[in-house]
Amino acid sequence: MSLGLGWRKFVSGFMLTMTGICAVVAVSALFLILGYLVFHGGASVNWNFFTKLPVPVGETGGGMANAIVGSGKLLLLATLIGVPIGFLGAIYLAEFSGTTTAFIVRYAADLLNGVPSIVIGIFAYSLVVLPFKHFSTLAGGCALGVMMIPITLRSTEEFLRSVPNALREGAMALGASKWKAIATVIVPCAYRGILTAILLAFARVAGETAPLLFTALGNSFWSPGWNQPTASLPVVIYNYAISPYEDWHRQAWAAGLVLLSLILVINIVARGVLARGTPLSRS
Amino acid sequence: MAATTTTVPGTGPVAGSRSWLSGLREGDEIVRLITFLFAAFVVFLTVLLVFELWQGSVLPRHKFGFNFLRTSVWDPVNEQFGALPFIYGTVVTAAVALLIAVPLGLGAAIFLAELAPVRLSDNLEFFIDLLAAVPSVIYGLLGIFIVIPLMRQYIQPALKSTLGFLPFFQGPAYGLGFLTAGVVLAIMLLPYIISVSREVLLSVPRDQREAALALGATRWEATWKVVVPFARSGILGSIFLALARALGETMAVTMVIGNTPVISASLFSPGDSIASVIASQFKEATGDLYLQSLIELGLVLFLLTFILNGLARLLILATSERGGGMAHL
Repeated sequence: MSLGLGWRKFVSGFMLTMTGICAVVAVSALFLILGYLVFHGGASVNWNFFTKLPVPVGETGGGMANAIVGSGKLLLLATLIGVPIGFLGAIYLAEFSGTTTAFIVRYAADLLNGVPSIVIGIFAYSLVVLPFKHFSTLAGGCALGVMMIPITLRSTEEFLRSVPNALREGAMALGASKWKAIATVIVPCAYRGILTAILLAFARVAGETAPLLFTALGNSFWSPGWNQPTASLPVVIYNYAISPYEDWHRQAWAAGLVLLSLILVINIVARGVLARGTPLSRS
Repeated sequence: MAATTTTVPGTGPVAGSRSWLSGLREGDEIVRLITFLFAAFVVFLTVLLVFELWQGSVLPRHKFGFNFLRTSVWDPVNEQFGALPFIYGTVVTAAVALLIAVPLGLGAAIFLAELAPVRLSDNLEFFIDLLAAVPSVIYGLLGIFIVIPLMRQYIQPALKSTLGFLPFFQGPAYGLGFLTAGVVLAIMLLPYIISVSREVLLSVPRDQREAALALGATRWEATWKVVVPFARSGILGSIFLALARALGETMAVTMVIGNTPVISASLFSPGDSIASVIASQFKEATGDLYLQSLIELGLVLFLLTFILNGLARLLILATSERGGGMAHL
């Protein structure tokens, strides 16, 4: 190459600066998003927002208490479905299974993890909504639960595997049976990681909208029990954002701010506090 | 039962002396069985998902066959269903998103992996991970109220006046449409591309960089001509992963794409994608054929992401094996 060293150094410096700019742009996106939400939604987040039901268009005031409770119920159900299955499945994968079974289960979990959330919605629709003949909290919870299973399973397995073998052998050398070794030594050793995994899975499904559109549907009132359509924060944000009413837009921003704050706080707690010093897997 | 993964020479006799019966007495076999049932349930669920999608789309598969994918008339009233506009919309928005997100994401990943000091890199990665956690409906919200007005007032007119001779940038600037959906998607894909690419770049052995630098390469040349080619297939994997996300992304796209089944070369035109047509019409679908056509769209989407995810995982695995010992992805 006949190019001078000076030119090559200039190109190097220029391109490296450009990569720095790319990084700054990417990271600043997060702060822009947060900033806009606080700017547009901050004023509308007040006590009424958390305690009142939505009011018809035209009336001022009102809140999203039913959507907040609805989201809570959906997430509770999802956790009850997703965490036990994911956790116990992961114990099988990490402690008991042979390689072929493990490969099949892992493959299925990865496949499930990659399924677009709207398709999970169709799945829950045909599995729960059709047989029961109506939209319900149950169907929405199932959809979110199905999404939680593979995330919990894969990362829990990873954390169980990172427990040194010496601990397993030590426990067994002391005469513990395998399940006692798992319950009293291995799982306690990995509990921080597992808790992180569960929290991250929770945060991930907390913002899911697509699987709820035609499972939990939506509701302007309270939804008692598990068998009726229910409002949820993400779906309310969607419905309010695409509506033509100024007042609803304001509420959508407020709901977005609340939802994002919740998710970011869970993420920061999980990644920054609990996961410190553990090999955090991305899934 | 014999210890499975923990068997080490020396513990052999201990492990061997545990018969199946004593295992049963101590509860091992029961725990094994219970956990196995849960693990098997995951496989069952996945199979059931595919089965439900297949079973749920019997009518349109029999009525339209492959024409479902080839025709472009979507007319619920006359029960004519062709998926081409939605496939087109999905592909176009994903392509626009990748065109924007790949250079930007790769640049940021190079900065994080090659240039930034470890602590800065880890801290920035923390923010990138947070960005990846932002739910898509929030992106949709920002898309409607921030990106669409920006597009309508500034970006689309500017593109029209400079590049208006291209067929992509013609027609009225509504603000919503393929281009806007692509831009919003690009912002969503950035964190995925950055995270995975950074990881792949970090797994490139140090020797490679040092050898290049020792031969007199500048820092950029060492990065661009040695490190990046070494990690090529892994980076490609991260792009495929991002593409799979882009195809399946629902809410953000639904909120800004305009929801009209149109095939148009102009990126300013409103359109529709597979995921967004399911999101916006599924609830209101009357009649079995209509509903099942939407389910078949779901099946198409599932197959697309299935193939892409598989390819992505193979590519990432290939790089990490060459580099030796990267975190499991």
